[in-house]
Amino acid sequence: MTVTDHRETGTRAAPAAPLLAARDVVQEFPVRAAGGVKGGVVHAVSNVSLEVYPGETLGVVGETGSGKSTLARSLIQAPRPQSGEIEFQGVDLMGLRRRDLVRARRSLQMVYQDPFGSLNPRWRVAELVAEPLIGYREGTASARARRVDELLDMVGLDPSLYGRRRPHELSGGQCQRVAIARAIALDPALLICDEAVSSLDVLIQAQVLNLFERLRTDLGLSYLFIAHDLALVKQVSDRVAVMHLGQLAEIGPATALYRAPRHPYTAALLDSIPGLDPATGRVRRPKAPPGEPPSPLDPPSGCRYRTRCPRAQQRCAEEEPVLLELAPGHRTACHFPLDPPTGPNGTENEGTRP
Amino acid sequence: MSISGTDTAPARTGPAPVPDPLLVVRDLRVRFTRDGVPVHAVNGLSYSVAPGRTLAVIGESGSGKSVSSRALLGLLPESARVTGSAMFDGTELIGLGERAMRRRRGADIAMVFQDPARSLNPTMRIGNQITEAVRVHADVDARAARERAVELLTMVRLPAPERRFFEYPHQLSGGMRQRVMIAIALAGQPRLLIADEATTALDVTTQAQIMELLAELQQRLGTAVVMISHDLGLAASYADDVLVMYAGRAVEYAPAPTLFGAVRMPYTAALLGAIPLLDRPSHTLLPVIPGQPPDLRALPEGCPFRPRCASADEQCLTEPPLAEHEPGHRWACWHPEPGGTTGTEEGRR
Repeated sequence: MTVTDHRETGTRAAPAAPLLAARDVVQEFPVRAAGGVKGGVVHAVSNVSLEVYPGETLGVVGETGSGKSTLARSLIQAPRPQSGEIEFQGVDLMGLRRRDLVRARRSLQMVYQDPFGSLNPRWRVAELVAEPLIGYREGTASARARRVDELLDMVGLDPSLYGRRRPHELSGGQCQRVAIARAIALDPALLICDEAVSSLDVLIQAQVLNLFERLRTDLGLSYLFIAHDLALVKQVSDRVAVMHLGQLAEIGPATALYRAPRHPYTAALLDSIPGLDPATGRVRRPKAPPGEPPSPLDPPSGCRYRTRCPRAQQRCAEEEPVLLELAPGHRTACHFPLDPPTGPNGTENEGTRP
Repeated sequence: MSISGTDTAPARTGPAPVPDPLLVVRDLRVRFTRDGVPVHAVNGLSYSVAPGRTLAVIGESGSGKSVSSRALLGLLPESARVTGSAMFDGTELIGLGERAMRRRRGADIAMVFQDPARSLNPTMRIGNQITEAVRVHADVDARAARERAVELLTMVRLPAPERRFFEYPHQLSGGMRQRVMIAIALAGQPRLLIADEATTALDVTTQAQIMELLAELQQRLGTAVVMISHDLGLAASYADDVLVMYAGRAVEYAPAPTLFGAVRMPYTAALLGAIPLLDRPSHTLLPVIPGQPPDLRALPEGCPFRPRCASADEQCLTEPPLAEHEPGHRWACWHPEPGGTTGTEEGRR
């Protein structure tokens, strides 16, 4: 198996250099109102900073419109953000010209939600998987053919059976496997998965999640895993970032963040998940948070969550909270964070959340 | 472990007396012909729903869950051949003429679909769309209909209903649009509401709001609800009864606490096992089953789940019937999972 050089230098225990470091990324889009007049600016991503370390999976959760996908696209410079710094494998992507960016992007690949939409319907599976290899002029034609077979095997598709098929002859799960084979063809270091399993049925979703997990250990892949499903993100992530209206509300180790969320928004998200624990058969009735997400065209002053927050006070309207480290590696942007689980209030969190 | 004993469980899953069913479906079959080949979408489905109760119909894409409910309302294309029976309060719905069916739709049975953006008319103010729905079902003047429409928008807790009345669908968020769809569905005061993946496209927070709203309206109005979903967690949280479909058949059918207390059909067990859980450590592999749902043009002989099932043997070449093996608990399997211990079953009663 190919081992990329970042793994040989990066040790898990020591604070290794991040594979990807984003600092103060801002992405805004002007919108036109009726008649073509300038209507305002969508604050899609506002000053987001995060790191992905070698070998780790960083999950990103948030509601529709929280800027998860825009953040992912900003990271790969499609389109390039308004401002901020994005360093990938030590290279500042923001300053790169197109040709250099193509070279840097080789190790930074993406898997999208819609498996049909991301594959050319007229191409055969083998051609689809060979495309990135041809694009980067990898090896000879016969070497590429061998590599395509190897890649299809890796994602669990028999090359002799599926190689000559076209996307419409495949199921959604199989299409997503082809998209994954394309993404890992060039031995990337980081895979950005934007709702990559969200459109799949639960049994197929589990197969693809296990595939991601296997590729992580076999190829030493790191992931930025974006999904709206909190349980799904927990399943794959070492750390989780919670986005709200273009900002990071909270980021921390997955276990700690889910067991003891410090931001009221994270707690509200967790409380609204329906579900049951198959081990005990216990059923959880979700608690719905009140209110609607505010418009990214005109986000509230101060804390952007304050209009929906049960803990909001005057200060939240006046002063924008910054991410503060409330526990090791666990940062929360809230003036009035929830108590840690050691207190009498916090223990409740652990009991009711399966 | 007792289920009804935990305070988080819905209170109404207790063994309350169940009223007479409002809808009784018997041996429903739907067959399409695509490119000259018959597609067996629904293959002998039977269930019943009582007023004030919620039945969750669970299944993957292509399991026939949506097709079966559309068949009840005569919403399938001409090429569909529907047989079997669906008695709604004494009236047979299958084979009902278009005119008679039109009177039933909305007034007796209403449906809320997954995509509220495509279910609403984009060129019409939402107020007018609800007013129209009100006037189809009740002989009232425009003014009274408008008042009723605002009332409905208030009932589904649309923020600022008087202002929203004059807005177009694109001005509303997904959650607000789905509230409007529910308002339209309730305009005819239906006795049965079919919610087809009604919250699937919404955020968890909005989903919780909409489900809470539906549960509250159901209690107040005594509506029977058929909830079609792929989400077992959602069913566990909100349904009284759960029916699991595979390849157009019911493979397990029981009151929710019974089913989730002791899953017996291997397919249901596989579905449950594949759901990511909040309390599982990161990076644990999910228990998966191989293969894909069967081709509905060429169903395997015997149990449709047989090719993917670890317990399958020769006996499974004969199709197992959906039989009531335990009080209230039906499953279609020759080799059921051990389920919980019998202690679980006893403890619950």
